[in-house]
Amino acid sequence: MSGWLDGLLVVSLLVTAVAVLLSRDLFRAVVMFMAFGLLMALAWVRLQAQDIALAEVAIGAGLTGVLLLDAVSHFRRARPQHRSRGTE
Amino acid sequence: MGFVVALAAAVLGAAGAAAPSELSDQLQASLARSGVEHPVTAVLLNFRSYDTLLEIGVLVIAGMAGISLASTNALEDPALRSADSLLYALQRWFVPVMLLLAAYLLWAGADRPGGAFQAGAVLAATGVLMRLGGLPMAFIRPGILLRLGLVLGFAVFLLVAVAGALNGEAFLAYPVTIAGGLILIIEIGLTFSIGMILLALFVAAPVTDEHEPEEGGGL
Repeated sequence: MSGWLDGLLVVSLLVTAVAVLLSRDLFRAVVMFMAFGLLMALAWVRLQAQDIALAEVAIGAGLTGVLLLDAVSHFRRARPQHRSRGTE
Repeated sequence: MGFVVALAAAVLGAAGAAAPSELSDQLQASLARSGVEHPVTAVLLNFRSYDTLLEIGVLVIAGMAGISLASTNALEDPALRSADSLLYALQRWFVPVMLLLAAYLLWAGADRPGGAFQAGAVLAATGVLMRLGGLPMAFIRPGILLRLGLVLGFAVFLLVAVAGALNGEAFLAYPVTIAGGLILIIEIGLTFSIGMILLALFVAAPVTDEHEPEEGGGL
């Protein structure tokens, strides 16, 4: 049972990691990164490293995700503005 | 591609090597002298506290770099974020619970998973939620309070370290009898500072670009 769980965890970690790297949409990449962080925390729990799992959830998935989302929203806001400035 | 092959070879090589087993025995043998019951906290804040001291130093430098890069305009105007009434209602329930969780994590670090970094991250997340909900946060303004908050954890840690050295022991060596209390004091300072630094990094990000052209217009 736990072997299946670990295998599923490894596969989904690899899938989300590749999705982060290959995603064209930045927002999608950030969401995938946060999902990767949560799955990584589960992996840390499976490795009996609960301390690292807590830090991974709080910092890796939570705060870094919020900062990245913030950055993405700035990119989205900045791009149309530069275009309109260029045409004016 | 060659890098990937080299990386895979290194990982496989490391996986084959036998894990050093005497470390955990040493840790179990000297855990009673550390002042805490959780082995991870004992390593982070007593046996290898030099690493943790340098880590919080790096965080302080990162926080300073973050707030110095920020435009002061963004830091001083909390009303720039859109205030959602639903978010505001939700955070009235969430903020106290999250503060309680941060305090629990800090306290739990002594004998089970938890500790200053996790508690500080929860504290910072609480601040982020408050910031997004449009709550005014005067304490995050670039002033003497913010600077004191950023360096508090590092300062307390360094003070305890130097006090140990002046007391005739090694730098960062705590007396066994009060080690638990000292670790708790350091962790409280660290939690507060880590929360402030992470929050400052979030708040320091420029809020809106649209406001910049309006400054010259005097609107």
